[in-house]
Amino acid sequence: MPGNGIHEKVMPGNAIQQKVMPGNAIQQKVMLAKPRLAREQIAQRAALELPDGAYVNLGWGIPNLIADYLPKEITVYFHSENGILGMGRRAKSGEEDFDQVDAMKVPVTLIPGASFFHQADAHLMSRGGHLDVAVLGGFQVSEKGDLSNWKIPGAKDSGGIGGAMDIAAGAKTLIVCMEHTTKDGAPKIVKKCTYPLTGLACVDTIITDLAVIDVKPEGLILREVARGWTAEEVQVLTGVQLIVRQQIPEMSFA
Amino acid sequence: MKQKLYASLDEAVADIPDGAQIMFGGFGGAGFPNNLIQALARKGTKNITAVSNNCGTREGELGLMFKNNQIKHVIASFPGPHANYFQERFAAKEVTLELVPQGILCERMRAAGAGLQGFYTTVGVGTEVAEGKEERLLEGERCILELPIHADYALIKAQQADELGNLTYRLAARNFNPIMAMAAKTTIAEVEEIVPVGTIDPEHVMTPAIFVHRIVQAKGLRYAG
Repeated sequence: MPGNGIHEKVMPGNAIQQKVMPGNAIQQKVMLAKPRLAREQIAQRAALELPDGAYVNLGWGIPNLIADYLPKEITVYFHSENGILGMGRRAKSGEEDFDQVDAMKVPVTLIPGASFFHQADAHLMSRGGHLDVAVLGGFQVSEKGDLSNWKIPGAKDSGGIGGAMDIAAGAKTLIVCMEHTTKDGAPKIVKKCTYPLTGLACVDTIITDLAVIDVKPEGLILREVARGWTAEEVQVLTGVQLIVRQQIPEMSFA
Repeated sequence: MKQKLYASLDEAVADIPDGAQIMFGGFGGAGFPNNLIQALARKGTKNITAVSNNCGTREGELGLMFKNNQIKHVIASFPGPHANYFQERFAAKEVTLELVPQGILCERMRAAGAGLQGFYTTVGVGTEVAEGKEERLLEGERCILELPIHADYALIKAQQADELGNLTYRLAARNFNPIMAMAAKTTIAEVEEIVPVGTIDPEHVMTPAIFVHRIVQAKGLRYAG
């Protein structure tokens, strides 16, 4: 998988295998008051994970912002579950065609080489391992890479699954973009998901307003932290022990 | 030769009985059979089991049918953020819901159209979707058994039909329509334009006429959401 090389980066010399301990309530309160990245910055960081020429599906929420931050020198073929490959930018006022919409019902443009197909083929691309990267929003991600992203427990309405389960089951690389904690400050990266599940062991990378974390068989490996944050501070707001193997670099945006 | 052309939307849905299982095409505002839905609302068919990706956009699309309380059960993937009439009926327990992952909804309908008795998939394993379903290990992967979804009728929207029922779709308005056309006993297509047989290049036919039983020209709403 091109672009994934960074996941496998081995630190020079004898890498430090250091475990950072979870924080106490006072530390958590202090950490929750610290500034974090904006949603747009999460999207901007995630855009750097997309390899040139990749077929990519973007889910609702933060992932939907990623297309605006693609580096100029690369071309990505965005996939929409309603049967489009090669979506371009959103249509401007006056050029909208409401038969040409994305999964959020927004009129879009096409890039050269785009194609249309029916919904079964669109999901076949998701499930059959044809998409290089999918980026979804998340409510919770577990230590094993389980994802919950479609229903909040106790919600009165019906909830809705959409294409998320097909994508979780089949994308070659699944990135989840989300805030690091809930609005109440509870960690969204957890030992075991307590929200209704979308898929088991499906997430490869988590990008939050505090960190970039890779899901590996040995655990969650901290790759980058947001400016102004240390590994120890990120750990305080994380429900799982993070593996810290190196001096953690600051999240890059270019 | 069997005549498939219907003079009006109301005639095209006139025989749909109470309790019918009906598929409705459309996604994201595009490709909905809005004019057939309105005809079905006028007819007042009740106790419908609906198969549809979503559950309406306010009064638009299937919203009207929920507002009128014509649907008792729905098999859907994503009811949607503006399906307020559905959500009201759902909260009042006047309608029941089976939520299905979107691609699996497609494949279960396709299985029905293809004469297959179901399939195994990794999608939904370990989630609420798997509850009550047979699970087995295939090619080293945990899989669940999914069964076909059939329908008495499919109401679909196409761009062009010839008088035999060969169809084309426009842009992303194709979505669920070709799949539903194959899965139902009777497929009713509302189309923008009806053209003489031979007009559509055979290479450009997207749904072959064998899957289409009734054709009616849509007069009215293209987008209803």
